[in-house]
Amino acid sequence: MENLIALLVAAPLLGAAVLLCGGRALDRAGHWLGTLLAAASFVVAVVLFADMLGKGAEERTLSQHLFSWLPVEGFQADVAFQLDQLSMTFVLLISGVGTLIHVYSIGYMEHDERRRRFFGYLNLFLAAMLLLVLADNYLLLYVGWEGVGLASYLLIGFWQHKPSAATAAKKAFLVNRVGDMGLSIAIMLMFTTFGTFAFGPVLEATGETSEGKLTAIGLMLLLAACGKSAQVPLQSWLGDAMEGPTPVSALIHAATMVTAGVYLIVRSGAIFNGAPEAQLVVTIVGAVTLLFGAIVGCAKDDIKKALAGSTMSQIGYMILAAGLGPIGYVFAIMHLVTHGFFKAGLFLGAGSVMHGMNDEVDMRKYGGLRKYMPVTFVTFGLGYLAIIGFPGLSGFFSKDKIIEAAFAKGGTEGWILGSVALLGAAITAYYMTRVMLLTFFGEKRWQPDAEGHAPHPHESPKTMTIPMIVLAFGSVFAGGFFGIGDRFLHWLEPVTGHKHGHSPLSAATVTGATVGVLLIGVALAYLQYGRGPVPVTAPRGSLLTRAARRDLLQDDFNHVVLVRGGEHLTRSLVYVDHTLVDGVVNGTAATMGGLSGRLRKLQNGYARSYAVSMFGGAAVLIAATLLMRAV
Amino acid sequence: MNPVNYLYLAALLFAIGATGVLIRRNAIVVFMCIELMLNACNLAFVAFSRMHGNLDGQIIAFFTMVVAAAEVVVGLAIIVSLFRSRHSASVDDASLMKL
Repeated sequence: MENLIALLVAAPLLGAAVLLCGGRALDRAGHWLGTLLAAASFVVAVVLFADMLGKGAEERTLSQHLFSWLPVEGFQADVAFQLDQLSMTFVLLISGVGTLIHVYSIGYMEHDERRRRFFGYLNLFLAAMLLLVLADNYLLLYVGWEGVGLASYLLIGFWQHKPSAATAAKKAFLVNRVGDMGLSIAIMLMFTTFGTFAFGPVLEATGETSEGKLTAIGLMLLLAACGKSAQVPLQSWLGDAMEGPTPVSALIHAATMVTAGVYLIVRSGAIFNGAPEAQLVVTIVGAVTLLFGAIVGCAKDDIKKALAGSTMSQIGYMILAAGLGPIGYVFAIMHLVTHGFFKAGLFLGAGSVMHGMNDEVDMRKYGGLRKYMPVTFVTFGLGYLAIIGFPGLSGFFSKDKIIEAAFAKGGTEGWILGSVALLGAAITAYYMTRVMLLTFFGEKRWQPDAEGHAPHPHESPKTMTIPMIVLAFGSVFAGGFFGIGDRFLHWLEPVTGHKHGHSPLSAATVTGATVGVLLIGVALAYLQYGRGPVPVTAPRGSLLTRAARRDLLQDDFNHVVLVRGGEHLTRSLVYVDHTLVDGVVNGTAATMGGLSGRLRKLQNGYARSYAVSMFGGAAVLIAATLLMRAV
Repeated sequence: MNPVNYLYLAALLFAIGATGVLIRRNAIVVFMCIELMLNACNLAFVAFSRMHGNLDGQIIAFFTMVVAAAEVVVGLAIIVSLFRSRHSASVDDASLMKL
């Protein structure tokens, strides 16, 4: 069975190689090939899953050693895979949602000349992401980590003829590099501390390692997670990443790649368990991002950017849960999976709306679309109910557990984290209701564009609606399936470990509070957007709204602190270079030049003057000799 | 007669020759002054030879004369060719050896 693991990665990798090197000959069938290979990967994953279910919890971990990558004395890097319950969860999510989005892209990218290339990149992403979650050591994980970064860059900038897309791709890549630095430093620290970077030995050795070292490694891993998962302070790239085609936003920037940070933290759980300070920082980052993303999501009029803010916020929940330690790991991953379903579904819905509306993204120019796009409306609506945590749907089970775990952290921290998570739930309900009302309800507000083309909203083709329907099923039932009877908990517990937290509030109270704030959020949004007509141009808004429209000034902050700071630094370095370094060099040269200019005048060409020097020199020598003798 | 007096005379002749080399411009005169200096040296050698009672100084004097004769041949040839090309025997006119 374990020999099948490599196939998971190999299939999409083959697809990427064939599609990207194959040339125009594949233009007509390339998308089918890409989809088929993604589906092949999913089928293999399902086979492995069925096999895994048939075994006892202790024997479920499979490993496959492909080859020794760098067999150096004292430094062993292998290309080896490890498939345990955690990896399996991710593999199913990635290949499953990935396949659905391949199918969706067939319809969505139908009119794009470079569709073959798009599918090549998508396959490349799948291969890299699967490598990331299947690696059995941090170095191979790093390869996948960089691979998804590359695929993300290529796909954000897929419409590179738009300067905004090209810039967004560069921005995402650069910000991710900052996080990647964290991961590479963490790996180096691991190597100096443990002498290896394979998961097994590293995570077993954490018990005998000093807390300081574990904290350092943990914080570097967190930096890496912040970059990839768009957490504060490396969050600024995610909003701009919406320049990419919508299937990309759904697959990479909502369902899978951005959750790699959560995977990294949960996978490295043993390290974080030994470093409570690092854990605290993780929870703080999660809580801050949770509110940050939610506030940004409230103010955006661009449907994809509102959803991007929401993604950031939901990943904040997961990071928060991962930072809680063994009481939260399982719920972080559970929310990750349910989020993968409903957020991918929401993005695909948004893509379907844009597809029918001439690629208009401003929600203020939508309105009343439920009559024109019934399938999109229903699937998007189910995703909406799932994400706000409507009782019975996916988000309800996973988010409720996280809020409960946050309270169970105990002490003042527990109260603060729990309240932030609750507040986040209220804001989530508010901004998602806003998206829903602006898009599907109210009067129709679309107008002809500059060239006089009025949009004709229509339902999307089958290739697009079927994936949406499948994801909507996931949004509705996944949470209940996982949550009722703690199925997911039992499944993942052998890998991540689990500890029941003792919440100061009873489970029923937390659930009641969650539903309460949810209703408040929905009611507020309804009062603001559901009753009267919505202005087509956005009103000026309060100070907070205006700040949130600018992503809470994240770019301004980066510009002032990092760009300006960097400019000042380089300018002062240039100044020092010009004055000090060049000064010394040029000064030496000028002194020498001046001196030799003077000396040159001695060479006047008059034989008599040379004779004077000779006589003078001889006289001096004789005088000196006589003097020496006299002494 | 005290041989030291010859040394004084040699020194005086050498000084006259050196001054002439330094202050005169005419190449012929400068050349003659150099001869004067050489002969002052010869005188000093011979005087020392006498004072020390050996022949070394005299032998060196002969060498000096031979070298001086050769030098006169070469030097006069140079001066003549300089005069031909520049119509002047002034040493200051031949000041091309400068930057």
